[in-house]
Amino acid sequence: MLIKSLIAVFLAAILTENYVLCKFLGICPFLGVSKKLNTAFGMSVAVTFVMVLATAVTFPIYTYILVPAGIEYLQTVLFILIIAGLVQLVEIILKKYIPSLYQSLGIYLPLITTNCAVLGVTMLVLQKVDGTTLYNYTYLHALVNAFGAGIGFMVAMVMFAGVRGRLESADIPKSLKGLPITLVSAALVSLSFLGFAGVVDKLIPLS
Amino acid sequence: MMEKRSLFKEFTKGIVKENPVLCLVLGTCPTLAVTTSATNAIGMGVAATLVLVCSNAVISALRKVIPDKVRIPAYITIIAGFVTIVQMLVKAFAPAINDSLGIYLPLIVVNCIILGRAEMYAGKNPVLPSILDGLGMGVGFTAALLCMGIIRELLGSGSIFGFQLMPVQILIFILPPGGFFVFGILIMLANKLNTRAGRKVKTTPCDGCPMAASCSQKAEKCGEKEATENVD
Repeated sequence: MLIKSLIAVFLAAILTENYVLCKFLGICPFLGVSKKLNTAFGMSVAVTFVMVLATAVTFPIYTYILVPAGIEYLQTVLFILIIAGLVQLVEIILKKYIPSLYQSLGIYLPLITTNCAVLGVTMLVLQKVDGTTLYNYTYLHALVNAFGAGIGFMVAMVMFAGVRGRLESADIPKSLKGLPITLVSAALVSLSFLGFAGVVDKLIPLS
Repeated sequence: MMEKRSLFKEFTKGIVKENPVLCLVLGTCPTLAVTTSATNAIGMGVAATLVLVCSNAVISALRKVIPDKVRIPAYITIIAGFVTIVQMLVKAFAPAINDSLGIYLPLIVVNCIILGRAEMYAGKNPVLPSILDGLGMGVGFTAALLCMGIIRELLGSGSIFGFQLMPVQILIFILPPGGFFVFGILIMLANKLNTRAGRKVKTTPCDGCPMAASCSQKAEKCGEKEATENVD
């Protein structure tokens, strides 16, 4: 049952509740860094890493410090500072000990501090904890959700990089060139993800 | 007299000429996410404007105190503080809006318009122009959101501000794809008007992004690539 629910959470985060295409979080990197396949991939790996790490740290802090102390309203301030600090820390550690990884991932790290997808992932799981929504996520569920969200981000980015590659050679009206056509094609990609609605619930019914 | 006019200009530039959403292409996440109805759009716009004005004022007042090296974390903390205050106000006085905006209300803290204005304007200018700049940008943001909200609500649910106007509803417009589509068309129109007026048109969302300095130089070189594209 646990494994089943974990798989459901994971698939939902990738397909039906895709953070980019269904929840509109992390649109800036989605539009800005998706021009080439390798940068899109690198950015998504960095985002996934930071998402899981941030959830791993913020979840216990919220549940065991903020809630017992009754200061949940400090969530926004605290989380953004934790994420900023974490990103900085990861950058320093990578630079010092794994320079090769830093070369490929480090360049994306400063961008991630103000990425709303990361803050969104850490906050959305908690919204589910405080009883206002249906799910009751445990720590493990939250981590799987964060990982799924990162993979979902990667799927969206890589798919979209492919679409944009095709756009380069397409004959587009002048006023649509650049950002407008990118957004219109994002609409089509997002439309395809709409088709997944209900798939996860039907495949793995959670009672 | 001269001074008054330039102050007025600080206010108006954000509304049309440098509209944060349609010309600078900042804050795309809330623009797409909360514009499923005109009411939501206004709620989001007013909340963000409030944060923008307050944070611009404080950051500009503290601009000589904050060391340059830690300015971004300092800005983020100030912004996060005001977002928390606004969040509490909305929860207390407009619980319906709080419910419909959900997670996007606390996410104002990572809205690049606010950090962008702090970095590009408030950190370098005196308090009064910074407040006016924030107010203008906020009004521009709200206007763009409202514009999108009205289009999407009218087409998607056949109503405006909840008043039923059309018998036909095209549901797709209030779903995520409709958001991308309407935004794309609006940017196209803005680009067309800007080109006609002889202004420079933005091609990537990176150009105005406060983090662009760390990104475009090393990672993507998007500015460079777009520039060569514009030539041909």
